[in-house]
Amino acid sequence: MASRQTQDDASVRVAALVVGIAAALPIGYLVWRAVQYGLSPSIDIATSSRTIALLRSTLVLAVAVTATSVAIALPVAWLTVRTNLIGRKLWAIVTVLPLVIPTYVGSWAMIGAVGPRGMVANVLGVDSIPSIYGFWGAWASLSLFSYPYVLLTVRAAWVRLDPSLEEASLMLGRSSWHTFRHVVWPQLRPATSSGALLVALYTLSDFGAVTMMRYDTFTREIYLQYRGALERGASAVLGLILVVLTVSVITGDQQLRKRNDMYRLHGSGARRSRLVELKRLQVPALAGLGILSTLALIVPLSVISYWLVRGVRASEPVWPSWSLISNSLIVSLLAAAVATIASIPVALVIQRSPGRFANTIERLSWSGYALPGIVVALALVYLGANAIPWAYQSMGMLIFAYSILFLPQAIGAVRSSLIQVTPSLEEASLLLGAQRFTTFRKILLPLLRPGLGAGAGLVFLTTMKELPATLLLSPTGFSTLATRIWNSTSEGFLGRSAGSALALVLLSSVPMSFLLVRNQGMMSDLSKQPVASHDAGNAKQALPSDPTDTR
Amino acid sequence: MPRSPLTLSALGSFALALTLTSCGGDNSLTLYSGRGEDLVQPVVDLCSEQLGVDIKTRYGDSAEMLLLLQEEGQNTPADVYFSQGAGFLGVLSASNGLLTLDEAITTRVSNSNLISPANDWVGVSGRARTVAYNSNVLSEDDLPDSFTDFTDPKWSGRIGWAPTNASFQDHVTALRGLLGDDATRAWLTDMVANDPVAYDGNTAILEGVASGEIDVGFVNHYYLYRFLDEDPSFPVANHFFDDGDPGALINVAGAGVIIHSQLPDIAQQLVDCLLSTEVQNYFASTNYELPVVNDATPWSDLPKVDSLTLPTFDLNLLADLQGTVDMLVEVGAL
Repeated sequence: MASRQTQDDASVRVAALVVGIAAALPIGYLVWRAVQYGLSPSIDIATSSRTIALLRSTLVLAVAVTATSVAIALPVAWLTVRTNLIGRKLWAIVTVLPLVIPTYVGSWAMIGAVGPRGMVANVLGVDSIPSIYGFWGAWASLSLFSYPYVLLTVRAAWVRLDPSLEEASLMLGRSSWHTFRHVVWPQLRPATSSGALLVALYTLSDFGAVTMMRYDTFTREIYLQYRGALERGASAVLGLILVVLTVSVITGDQQLRKRNDMYRLHGSGARRSRLVELKRLQVPALAGLGILSTLALIVPLSVISYWLVRGVRASEPVWPSWSLISNSLIVSLLAAAVATIASIPVALVIQRSPGRFANTIERLSWSGYALPGIVVALALVYLGANAIPWAYQSMGMLIFAYSILFLPQAIGAVRSSLIQVTPSLEEASLLLGAQRFTTFRKILLPLLRPGLGAGAGLVFLTTMKELPATLLLSPTGFSTLATRIWNSTSEGFLGRSAGSALALVLLSSVPMSFLLVRNQGMMSDLSKQPVASHDAGNAKQALPSDPTDTR
Repeated sequence: MPRSPLTLSALGSFALALTLTSCGGDNSLTLYSGRGEDLVQPVVDLCSEQLGVDIKTRYGDSAEMLLLLQEEGQNTPADVYFSQGAGFLGVLSASNGLLTLDEAITTRVSNSNLISPANDWVGVSGRARTVAYNSNVLSEDDLPDSFTDFTDPKWSGRIGWAPTNASFQDHVTALRGLLGDDATRAWLTDMVANDPVAYDGNTAILEGVASGEIDVGFVNHYYLYRFLDEDPSFPVANHFFDDGDPGALINVAGAGVIIHSQLPDIAQQLVDCLLSTEVQNYFASTNYELPVVNDATPWSDLPKVDSLTLPTFDLNLLADLQGTVDMLVEVGAL
């Protein structure tokens, strides 16, 4: 038994290592380019005053966007999970939807709305209004379109919280705030930080918003170096600095997690919490959510519609063809499947056997996510064209690139589910003589389903929006909705891109909503299964309860 | 618990991924286009029909397509590179990445300033650098005699430019060729002191000029006519500088055959097709660019390129983008 278990652990570790190495291929390429560029010019670039200034502006943006996302996500999560908010289930979906809007479309819409000569300026009848370009524009658009990463993870954790701890605290005479601060928050912190990590690292790699808003960050500089100077060595050095930055952020997160074991100790999840009566707070809560969704959802949709109407009036070809739609859907589904499957061994290693190996694997697997798409894409172009020309510009290569880029989204989601699953269930299955694979398939996989679904959903959404890797790596002649939007806007045909932008947003919203609704249902399914019912002897186990079922 | 649908769909996906791998090596041309699909695809369809070959086109940013060519090296599937600016072609030419074109092709271009001195790429359409001005605020007489006079403090805060834009950078490289590095650096320094507003591209500059955010902007000539198409009262006009002035640069979008092309003859025919009257008139009428061959007609009252006296310098010099970017960083424009 023991030897089989060890053997099995080994195969999971090998699988995780393979995934980690694959994800780190772009780093290898960057190191190689930097070495070719030479040590002393590399150091010159790394220590130049411009690099330092960029480092500062990038960090300021990342911190501001992450803090704002958390500040938006926490109250929204509370309102949609724990209160009797009017239209709660609908808000639960609406508040996540801004995630489907690509930052390049969102920022472009924001400029169209509140930029100089924008719709607001036109309506007010003024020639110009205060500029949104620069830090504030980049901050606003990145925060508005990426806070759902935090919201998704926090809400999932909140739904699963065992209310008895809070109730005990309240019964002992603690105030609501004290209870939140000392009982609830520590349990939400891991979920918050894993969402915040996605936001922070996304901000590091975003190109769309910072370019539209003309704010200098590392990623923008890397693009400028590539596009303007065609200097691959200098770009590689900057890319490596970004990698170092990412690794420090992740290491920080790992440290944070180490000090935080509390949430694994909570008890039964079968009990349901009472909803807080909002009473007079209903109106301000609804107003707040209304403003948020106006800014993050209605404004971009209106601007897209406005361009659409203009395009239709000018009888331009605004609608995307079916092949564009199916191309986008196919690659996104494939990427979601591959990234999710690849994330399972990594999540298992990180969650089940923490230690130096797990930390290393985790860092490796994150590296693609924080690198700008163009860096990952060029690395794979180089490797593909020169090492495996038969696979170069194939669909497989493109899916591989997406998986590297978005793997961490799946890992995070799968890990959150894994936290809920006690290994004793699997041990019991093994003891009863079930094969290891059978146990995996019949015990672990069903229990991981919410996480797998959420991870696949996130990767699907992000792949739908992805641009640079698609442009560089897709089979020649292959286009997606995202490349279509880029193609039209790059030559100034804004009207023609509107149909594709709308299709992209709608097509991403449907599976997103489906996933959210289904996941809530799925959680209640799970809590009813005998195999997953609460085991009184095991305080570690907690299964998600259904938040919609709590009345 | 039923067999997990996720596992099944995942297996299905892998099978699909394997069947979807691309096929190469057949008798079709591959074009890397740095110009957008809306503009180029009709041309590709036309040439594909005329040449009787399939043409697969990859669209992207001109610089990205060049990076792609460089990373791919001799394994590139590309036969022809169609770039938005001469600079990128110059980079390829300088590294011997382009095939020398038949004289029959290069001589079709009516102004010899618009082809590669090494005869390995040709200009396909001309794009004049102009100064766009707000016609409600300024008249053409208010503009300086020379492009270089925008350093006058009276233009302080009123100018828009796009230091990250390839066309602007090409113009600065041209200035370096015409005036020399020192004079160009001095000019840029004085310009920066005049507080120009930095935009991301030509479209943004034109919107800035129209909104009154700025009074003048350095642009390519043809973007304006699209705005005028949509809104004839758009309050912006183009000023073309006089012949020989450093402001009178004409850059070209151009094409060349990749040295590693497996089908160099058909690839040359594609380049030839881009210079056909039909295609030339198409670029002139739909995108308001300047035709580079004699038998095509420029749009409206735009000039013919062979009637222009261009400031003389070698367009291949535009390849020194690195020097220009360094200079822009040095003077604080980037």
